[in-house]
Amino acid sequence: MIVRALLLVAAAAAAGCSGNQNVFNPAGPAARDIASLGWQLFIVCGAVYLLTLLALAWALARRRVPSDDTVETTASLTRTVTIATVLSIVILIGITISSVVHGRGLTSPSGPGAITLDAIGHQWWWEFQYRDLTPSDFVTSPNELHIPVGVPIQIKAMSRDVIHSFWVPNLHGKRDLIPGQVTNFWIQADTPGVYRGQCAEFCGHQHANMAFTVVAEPMDKFQQWIRAQRQPAAEPVNAEQARGQEVFLQGPCVMCHTIRGTSAGSRVGPELTHVGSRLTIAAGTLPNTRGHLGGWVLDSQSVKPGNRMPPNALTSDDLQAVLSYLRSLR
Amino acid sequence: MRVLIVLAAIAAVSSGCEREVRPFQTLPVASARAQRVVETTLHPGDAPPPATGQNSPFRENAWGVGEGKRLFTYYNCSGCHANGGGGMGPPLMDDKWIYGYEPANIFQTIVEGRPNGMPSFRNKIPDQQVWMLVAYVQSMSGNVRYDALPSRSDHMRYSTPENARRAQTPKQTGPR
Amino acid sequence: MTDAELLERTWYVPRGVLGWLSVADHRTIGKRYLVTAFAFFLFAGVLAGLMRIQLAVPNNRFLGPDLYNQIFTVHGTMMMFLFAVPVMEAMGIYLVPLMVGARNIAFPRLNTYSYFVFLCGGVMLVATMLLNTAPDVGWFSYVPLAGPDYTPGKRADFWAQLITFTEVAALAVAVELVATIFKLRAPGMTLNRIPLFVWSILVMSFMVIFAMPAVVTGSSFLLMDRLVGTHFYNPAEGGDPLLFQHLFWFFGHPEVYIIFIPALGMVSSIITTFTQRPIFGYTALVLALIATGFIGFGLWVHHMFATGLPQLGLHYFTAASIVIAIPSGVQIFCWIASLWRGRPRFETPLLFVIGFIIIFVLGGLSGVTLASVPFDLQVHDTYYVVAHFHYVLIGGAVFPLIGGVYYWFPKITGRMMDNTVGIVNFVVLFVGFNVTFFPMHQAGLMGMPRRVYTYPADMGWNTVNLISSLGALLLVIGGAMLIYNMVTSYLWGAVAGDNPWNADTLEWGTTSPPPVYNFLYPPVVEGRHALWERTAAAPVVTGGRLDCRECLVTDVMDGEPSNKTEFPGPTIWPFVAAIFTSIMFIGSIFTAWAVPIGTVPIAIALILWFWPHAPGHDIGAPEEESTPVVEARAS
Repeated sequence: MIVRALLLVAAAAAAGCSGNQNVFNPAGPAARDIASLGWQLFIVCGAVYLLTLLALAWALARRRVPSDDTVETTASLTRTVTIATVLSIVILIGITISSVVHGRGLTSPSGPGAITLDAIGHQWWWEFQYRDLTPSDFVTSPNELHIPVGVPIQIKAMSRDVIHSFWVPNLHGKRDLIPGQVTNFWIQADTPGVYRGQCAEFCGHQHANMAFTVVAEPMDKFQQWIRAQRQPAAEPVNAEQARGQEVFLQGPCVMCHTIRGTSAGSRVGPELTHVGSRLTIAAGTLPNTRGHLGGWVLDSQSVKPGNRMPPNALTSDDLQAVLSYLRSLR
Repeated sequence: MRVLIVLAAIAAVSSGCEREVRPFQTLPVASARAQRVVETTLHPGDAPPPATGQNSPFRENAWGVGEGKRLFTYYNCSGCHANGGGGMGPPLMDDKWIYGYEPANIFQTIVEGRPNGMPSFRNKIPDQQVWMLVAYVQSMSGNVRYDALPSRSDHMRYSTPENARRAQTPKQTGPR
Repeated sequence: MTDAELLERTWYVPRGVLGWLSVADHRTIGKRYLVTAFAFFLFAGVLAGLMRIQLAVPNNRFLGPDLYNQIFTVHGTMMMFLFAVPVMEAMGIYLVPLMVGARNIAFPRLNTYSYFVFLCGGVMLVATMLLNTAPDVGWFSYVPLAGPDYTPGKRADFWAQLITFTEVAALAVAVELVATIFKLRAPGMTLNRIPLFVWSILVMSFMVIFAMPAVVTGSSFLLMDRLVGTHFYNPAEGGDPLLFQHLFWFFGHPEVYIIFIPALGMVSSIITTFTQRPIFGYTALVLALIATGFIGFGLWVHHMFATGLPQLGLHYFTAASIVIAIPSGVQIFCWIASLWRGRPRFETPLLFVIGFIIIFVLGGLSGVTLASVPFDLQVHDTYYVVAHFHYVLIGGAVFPLIGGVYYWFPKITGRMMDNTVGIVNFVVLFVGFNVTFFPMHQAGLMGMPRRVYTYPADMGWNTVNLISSLGALLLVIGGAMLIYNMVTSYLWGAVAGDNPWNADTLEWGTTSPPPVYNFLYPPVVEGRHALWERTAAAPVVTGGRLDCRECLVTDVMDGEPSNKTEFPGPTIWPFVAAIFTSIMFIGSIFTAWAVPIGTVPIAIALILWFWPHAPGHDIGAPEEESTPVVEARAS
């Protein structure tokens, strides 16, 4: 049974040590630290477990002798149990110290925080806001976080409704977003790449589909991205896109979504100023392709039943126009 | 006796069915067009006009009333109606209804707009959400099912929670 | 009339419908509690099966999010509040009076009341499940999600009121058990001679008394926020969502030890009997139980490591969470030492104890990993935690419980359970459990959060989830096998004698099943292993009144007889009070007026319940005073 379990672990582990959203695939200093602590813990606890099982097996299988019932045997058993207890205490103290030491390394960032951003949790999407000295240069990026590689990012986490939890396993441990307070923590990526994060505190119907992407890129590409995000929305360049913008502004979309540079300014839903440039839509649920976007706009309730966006009855021409317009907003 | 107890318990909570349904998607996407809501049943001739929406579909549905409360904030109804107390717009938590208090009247108020400043939300708010807002507006004066009334919200206290208000008997005060 | 016939008449258990409702006898109530708790276990198990079907493949549409959320909430709530704690208390209700040599549990009418309150609460939750109004906010129901804004309707109110039902019932039973263990022991049973199972029930009961009020407070605050608009958990008006978490987990962590500690007592009983040796390290085991009980109250923040509390405080709770592993470790070492020096008989109860050691130690070690704040921040709220708590709860509580069922079934029903079916049952459950829950460690480390109704197909979680779901199938088969064994053994099993296992505790010193008066003459205890250390001419207590429900009360430390007391007989008022209590509780979900109005019928029922009666009210009039005498008599 144990052998079977170990084989299962080995097989799954072989596949499971790589991959996105995996605790043992660290891409940042915090996650790396935690992963090494994790291995330490597993090795120590695994050894203790093995020893316990061996002791149990021996206890059950050994041949009984008449001297088992003597006082001397009881005394030697008492000695053994005491030694085992003392050893356990020593191991446990070691684990505690190791854990505290690793924990202290995680509370303070590796260097001064270069970027501060707000992570605001909504039911069931993420709003990331990059602040700036000039208020008109604030950038809001829903569901997709871009960070420069090698720089600690200070995050102030808040929630607009219920408790959520910000978690990118490749980069760091999770922190809860609790309404009524601001939670401060930091993350850092050392390897460029795209990482997936997910909400880790049950927050209602679509908790399962509240994911986000973290894009870690070199500083110059990050600056480029921020500059592009600061621009207002691209103007329509052809008749179909113009029709799409018209449908957008005349229809229900403006009640919830902002497109900076147009008259659409509602802040209750994700901002769509640069929706064409994102990797996913619907909080990481769907890839950002024309087909998926069309399905989402028409009937988001089939994809994420219970989410806040209602279905929209558009004619097929209007739908195509809106899609062309939205996909042009890079 | 045991059977009686079980039946009584079931009866006690059986009224919950309707209150707790979460009809996330009721409108078929492709053919959804605005429901015809008419504000009176009088009509010439024999055949009545094809109309639906005389009832407030979320009147007994706690989830719908709750969604209406959320949408009331989302769509900035408070900008003129201030959580029911009124301001630029008339109060919604009292018993005076200028344009009628029937669900169809409230629906038409939201969708068509009214003179003196109520905007029209036609094509801006889908019908299902309008019915949620209708139910919430009715709940402000206690006119939905008593156990579907919302309680306090997670904001600063602006008024007695809806389920603690005295229910008002609505009267139409506008021109007949 | 012989003494036995007199006692039979005095301690009668009433028949008929009214009789069923008025019984105040601990064995009957204990059996009812056990059967009802097992029924809830099966119901919650079916819900778990539905969850595993939904999660077997990615993007499954078997259950929508709303239904799935209700199912996982009711699964957790029912398992924790309606099965785990009540079933341990039920074993205590049935066995503790027998193990300490008493004729009945202390406060027998309160026992009846607690059963009916528990039953009404459970029926209420099942009814909500059938009527689309089941809670859907998780078994610990965090605010603000469970608050009035984000869970409209009455779903979360039913959850909060279920807490009240089950905590009232649990508190009542805890009080009775403490009183029984302290004051109703047989003469000669000093504190030093109490069986380990009774010690475990004592520690559990004290933990219930100190922990339950916290959760009732938290759930009552939630009810008030939802019904009458208080702001306990509203940050905009000075409240705090974290207050709920602290109140809940101050109870929630001791809760899991409340479930786990009686199981440890069962393990000690089974190991003693199936090695036919006194257990090794009695004192260490008792001290470990007590230490676990105390330390268990200092760990609760380890459920809140991700909430942004100050680091130094968190490290304190890491240390406490790790310290509690020490008494558990001591117990495991003592049991292994007992097995080492005894002569194990590998029958079903011992197999389940061995399964317990294998599974629980793994769960305990994964708990040690979770105690470390940095590592916990990665695996908190993932399937790693789901794996951990199922390992410690099923391995640490359910396996010993099933072993205890196989062990005490002969005593309770008078029939032996089939040992061969039992061995197969054990293998199926052991394999099924590990196949279901071990891969969940992996799923959590691969990033799969808890409480998700579905998952994307490209995350790499498909295989582990499918394996878990297949294992769940084995668990269903194992559960069915257990029921089959229980039913067929009850009907056609081999008849059991008084002491088929040659065990050492007092409950095996009377017939199987015990007579309505438990013991013909209460035994005097001469050693820690009462039956093994009993000589042929051991003393018993005679001379007490046999025509009324008289019991001998002894003192706390040494079991010296101190006085006698008369126990009440069957009465309908506890049931009536329980019904009125349930009406008040359920009514207060809908209107606050239920509280002041509802207390009036309860008060009337309580007044009639406690109305003083003349001595000997229940059976005939007293003829003469009696003086219990301890004398040697062949038993």
